[in-house]
Amino acid sequence: MTAALVEHTVRSVAVQAVRRALDAVLDPELDEPITDLGFVRSIEVAGAAPGAEVTVHLRLPTSFCSPNFAYLMASDSKDAISALPGVGTVVVELDDHHDSALINAGLAADAGYRGTFGHEAEDSLDELRLMFRRKAHTAAMERCLTELLRADPALTEANVGTVLLGDLPAGRTKDALVRRRMALGLPTAPAAVVLVDHDGIPYPAEHVPVALRRARSTRISIDGNAHFCRGLLRTRYEGSGADQADRPEGAEPADHHHQLPFTVKENHP
Amino acid sequence: MYSKDGENYFIVDAHIALWDARPENQRNVHGKQFIDCFYDYHRNLSPEEELWTYEEYLYQGGERLMKDLFEDGYVDHAIFQPAYLGEFYRNGFGQTKEAYELAAANPDKLTYNHCFDPRDGERGLDRLRADHEKMKFTGVKLYTAEWHGESRGYKLSDPWAFRYFEECRKLGIKNIHVHKGPTIRPLDRDSFDVSDVDHVASDFTDLNFIVEHVGLPRLEDFCWIATQEPNVYGGLAVAMPFMHTRPRYFAQIIGELIYWIGEDRIFFSSDYALWTPRWLVERFVDFQIPEDMTEYAPITTDQKKKILGLNAAKMYGIPVPAGLQLPDADETATGPRQPERADIAGAA
Repeated sequence: MTAALVEHTVRSVAVQAVRRALDAVLDPELDEPITDLGFVRSIEVAGAAPGAEVTVHLRLPTSFCSPNFAYLMASDSKDAISALPGVGTVVVELDDHHDSALINAGLAADAGYRGTFGHEAEDSLDELRLMFRRKAHTAAMERCLTELLRADPALTEANVGTVLLGDLPAGRTKDALVRRRMALGLPTAPAAVVLVDHDGIPYPAEHVPVALRRARSTRISIDGNAHFCRGLLRTRYEGSGADQADRPEGAEPADHHHQLPFTVKENHP
Repeated sequence: MYSKDGENYFIVDAHIALWDARPENQRNVHGKQFIDCFYDYHRNLSPEEELWTYEEYLYQGGERLMKDLFEDGYVDHAIFQPAYLGEFYRNGFGQTKEAYELAAANPDKLTYNHCFDPRDGERGLDRLRADHEKMKFTGVKLYTAEWHGESRGYKLSDPWAFRYFEECRKLGIKNIHVHKGPTIRPLDRDSFDVSDVDHVASDFTDLNFIVEHVGLPRLEDFCWIATQEPNVYGGLAVAMPFMHTRPRYFAQIIGELIYWIGEDRIFFSSDYALWTPRWLVERFVDFQIPEDMTEYAPITTDQKKKILGLNAAKMYGIPVPAGLQLPDADETATGPRQPERADIAGAA
């Protein structure tokens, strides 16, 4: 009954549907969708539901981007597309990476992380994902508090430790913090303290300034990396900027400077 | 020497290379991928008038290096930090022999640092002793993401690395420059993780650990470790050119470094031949923290002088002309430096 219904309603798989599914795949380090970063190079759909064949190519800013993150994005992409109704087979390939052959073979065989990397893998990448979710939360927290500090001259760094979620003005910055808190299972009620550690524990007053400063260095780092990665992708793949979504956090006027003249790199076979 | 507005800046370029990435030296596709990655950095972060062609970028040679640094680039002294990359290049990437000979012929201008790989075990230790006997270097450059047979990286806290640091101690090699790069085993961890620096810096307090690229892309982890260890320093290779396209990001990097590790532990470098020093020196002397970033105090002329050369000169015993020396800041050796200078509210 269910199968018949699916067959009846889903005759083809739209490229747009594949793209929307890939919106859920995040670069674990930058905590942004790979679609916003321009990492999806192409999407092709052949055949019809229920056996549609989807082929996706991914690209990254350099050949030497971390292979563990590269694998995570490619493998999450395959999972996200496989879950779409009407999809039969999925091929996800990572282009132009130093580990492309290894990763693509592992994906084709559904070998998993350990099966793909063999002796280089020990356990799993869950800890790594968690580490960067925590960093994303730290950065979001700092953005909120620094905005508040700039807006309210009476507030001092030493006093931000008692600011509550309910004290934050509504908007993009606060929404992002709430999203990150939910991802970590931290409370999102208005009475919750904003400046907390990974487990949701507020800091003693004497540790508040250093906690804020440490969070600031995290925010600067993530924003810097997010924009540098975008810039390098635009440099590496001409025209890829058109596939990238703007990132207001940490943006600078010269981020979209015109790409410098390209002298041919392919000087040998 | 660079002079502007009546101020003289003694310039030490603390991270340079003499590399050969030409196709005939590339061992495999990774040799090409590696230099292409560098060239994309160069294209992405350089002003248009400083752009090199790909051909120029593959190999420069000693003559061009001397001109770019010492005739055109205001540099008084430069330090070679070779990356071997033997799995990518037939004769290695950094040309150690050529660099050593160039430094030997110009000892007042160039310092040669060597490199080693702890995965070479006992034989590598023998070689380090023999190389040191011949070349008498006081520093080494370690690239922890170097590929080595089946292995694609190591940690400074690995047992064999400790053996090598003990040997460094015996030989009088005091300055350990570290470049944390991607691909490290196991892949389970963050490949740019700098926590191993923390371990060795605590165990070898008589050695200096200079983390190149100030830990980028893990600036936050670097700052947190470096602020707790009085023998950890930050090299600005690759961070410098952000002055051009991303000046606000660069201002924050400098502001954070001055806050966490202080003005006496930051080293300028062009990372030649990724970039050339002339425009970087000129722009850094003109550089200022944007006024709206009240979380940082303005950067002072003396701080710029220290970063551009005096700090590295002190570590390497490079003679500085009379009258240009500056005293160390009166600051704590660990923990945030003068935090009141970097308080949004305090500055308002």
